[in-house]
Amino acid sequence: MAASLSHASYSATFTSSASKTTVSLPSRFSPSFNVSTFSPFTVKPLNSTFNPHAQRAITTIMHATSAPSSIPSDTSTKTFHGLCYVVGDNIDTDQIIPAEYLTLVPSNPAEYEKLGSYALIGLPSSYATRFIEPNESKTKYTIVIGGANFGCGSSREHAPVALGAAGAKAVVAESYARIFFRNSVATGEVYPLESEVRICEECRTGDVVTIELGESRLINHTTGKEYKLKPIGDAGPVIEAGGIFAYARKTGMIPS
Amino acid sequence: MASSLVSPYPTSSFIRNKKDLGFSAFPCTSQIAIQKCKKQVSKKIVSVMAPQQSERKPATTGSVKTGMTMTEKILARASEKPQLSPGDNVWVNVDILMTHDVCGPGSIGIFKKEFGENAKVWDREKVVIIPDHYIFTTDERANRNVDILRDFCMEQNIKYFYDIKDLGNFKANPDYKGVCHVALAQEGHCRPGEVLLGTDSHTCTAGAFGQFATGIGNTDAGFVLGAGKLLLKVPPTLRFVMDGEMPPYLLAKDLILQIIGEISVAGATYKSMEFVGTTVESLNMEERMTLCNMVVEAGGKNGVVPADSTTFKYLEDKTSLPYEPVYSDAHASFLSEYRFDISKLEPLVAKPHSPDNRALARECKDVKIDRVYIGSCTGGKTEDFLAAAKVFLASGKKVKVPTFLVPATQKVWLDLYTLPVPGSGGKTCSQIFEEAGCDTPASPSCGACLGGPKDTYARMNEPKVCVSTTNRNFPGRMGHKEGQIYLASPYTAAASAVTGYVTDPREFLQ
Repeated sequence: MAASLSHASYSATFTSSASKTTVSLPSRFSPSFNVSTFSPFTVKPLNSTFNPHAQRAITTIMHATSAPSSIPSDTSTKTFHGLCYVVGDNIDTDQIIPAEYLTLVPSNPAEYEKLGSYALIGLPSSYATRFIEPNESKTKYTIVIGGANFGCGSSREHAPVALGAAGAKAVVAESYARIFFRNSVATGEVYPLESEVRICEECRTGDVVTIELGESRLINHTTGKEYKLKPIGDAGPVIEAGGIFAYARKTGMIPS
Repeated sequence: MASSLVSPYPTSSFIRNKKDLGFSAFPCTSQIAIQKCKKQVSKKIVSVMAPQQSERKPATTGSVKTGMTMTEKILARASEKPQLSPGDNVWVNVDILMTHDVCGPGSIGIFKKEFGENAKVWDREKVVIIPDHYIFTTDERANRNVDILRDFCMEQNIKYFYDIKDLGNFKANPDYKGVCHVALAQEGHCRPGEVLLGTDSHTCTAGAFGQFATGIGNTDAGFVLGAGKLLLKVPPTLRFVMDGEMPPYLLAKDLILQIIGEISVAGATYKSMEFVGTTVESLNMEERMTLCNMVVEAGGKNGVVPADSTTFKYLEDKTSLPYEPVYSDAHASFLSEYRFDISKLEPLVAKPHSPDNRALARECKDVKIDRVYIGSCTGGKTEDFLAAAKVFLASGKKVKVPTFLVPATQKVWLDLYTLPVPGSGGKTCSQIFEEAGCDTPASPSCGACLGGPKDTYARMNEPKVCVSTTNRNFPGRMGHKEGQIYLASPYTAAASAVTGYVTDPREFLQ
């Protein structure tokens, strides 16, 4: 999950506890859940297959998330930094994760990783630069930049999961199909950010970009241009927490 | 598209009665000049909605209710609120949650992780589990996924699990149904006024029964499994009024391709699509299902067709649970309204690689094809096969290309072998298909609509040109990335099979 790791690739020493503390607040949520005791941590496996190319190309701007505390992490200091991968309009779920890979079950950790290795493999061959190199299982691109109606097609949650498992942190698109957007938030796998203009026409794959979540801003260091993004709003804390369940527990909606 | 008459005209909450505005029955647009009317209606889709209101405060004399659309009413009832407006986020009680072999295991995994290994589903009679996607394959993971469903159903004592164990002979499995959306309807799980969620984008198909039905992901489904409710945002409604007698060469598939071509693959994003009018009323349930099925291809959240005697008759022998239909208020607000004179429409296709890449079938007659696929929740129901049989019967010829037939469910398969085709002198669909040289109807499942494991029957493993009665034609949809898929009605698909080119069914049906 994208939640507490600003840079999965640099986070060998980074613990994931920042936003995962148990909060004992009175339950504000009245319907009865059949909730047994369970671990409140839903930890995304750390990215251990670190891509050396990414390291050399990126000058790090690391913003440490706040120390473990009982307050939700503040998204205003959150940034993503890395290379971007640019795609066009109407990138449907079959292109993000072709149907033949849907036998992989995302809640199974080994299969989760495998899903990541197939992210965006369905893009036509007109995309000469692939999202993941043929012999790799993780992507070197932190951010995916898309056009209109990103994620259209199927309701398969495997789509945002594959992107997140591959190592992407955020998608910046002109607009989203609703189920993909909803799944991204529910799983906390990637931030589905919206641009105000067609950034996909002004950025190229391999450009170095920074996203400042709190400022709702994207900076393309390669072209020197800056873009306003639509604020992530209420979806932000949910993704930050690691998805709807983690968020519901953190805010006391589900007793921990 | 000179022959269609489409006019989006704005409606707002302040326009209560369209007659007041003096709109003629068929307003014209700048693009289509069939009749010049005095009133020029802007073709631009104008979302004229009352400004987003926060919760209406009751007046001192009591709360005033504004009119609600069908979708708003269903969600209001399901969230136990007297009044809802588009944009409201509400907790909705779920009547039915459906899942299948592709998304079920993931949803179950999340449910167990979040609610506990020993947690129980919120209601063992409201969870319907239907293996249908990757069934007849040797892929071990696919087979394992059906086993995972079975283990869960046994552990939870799930009432409705349409199991399959013998993959070599689908008929040996008395519980197995096939394609989930068709099975839901046939087994009486779709009821007017209810809320049905499913881990599949085409869950919107059930809107044909006048209910709120939409697709959700594994995490949302895991949540519903434990909680029995979900946070949903109330969508505004686009209204599609279709009037006129359905010509004998058109099917619901043509109607929905017309609409998607009109508003684009994102034209209904986050919106509800309501289908009304005399044409819609004349459609049988399976045709209405086809209409609602592809709502998601326009980005729609859900589709609805008001329940009527056709609906009630269909449900008579299928469900004994009580239901209460809802209908849009006369004063409800719609985001936009589109009107169609169906008698002016022609058979359509959606060309590669998008469902909104609309074209007249007759204008694609030079497109040579390699195969035809008739199947899926969109085009593999009994009515769809009856339609295809009608064309084969009328042509009297053999198909020129491999023609794959994949009935959606066991019941559909049985219908192919038992129902007499009108006008054939008592022949069944299967006989007509055999005489036409089609492939033998295959084991019922989703089949190659979405490609699937490599050994899936009729999967497109090489770049071919296919006319298909399915719902999506994005690159790689049926398997091969360079495959060219033309989406079409069963009439058009059958006609194309006979000629070996994309063919307007009027070649055989007039």
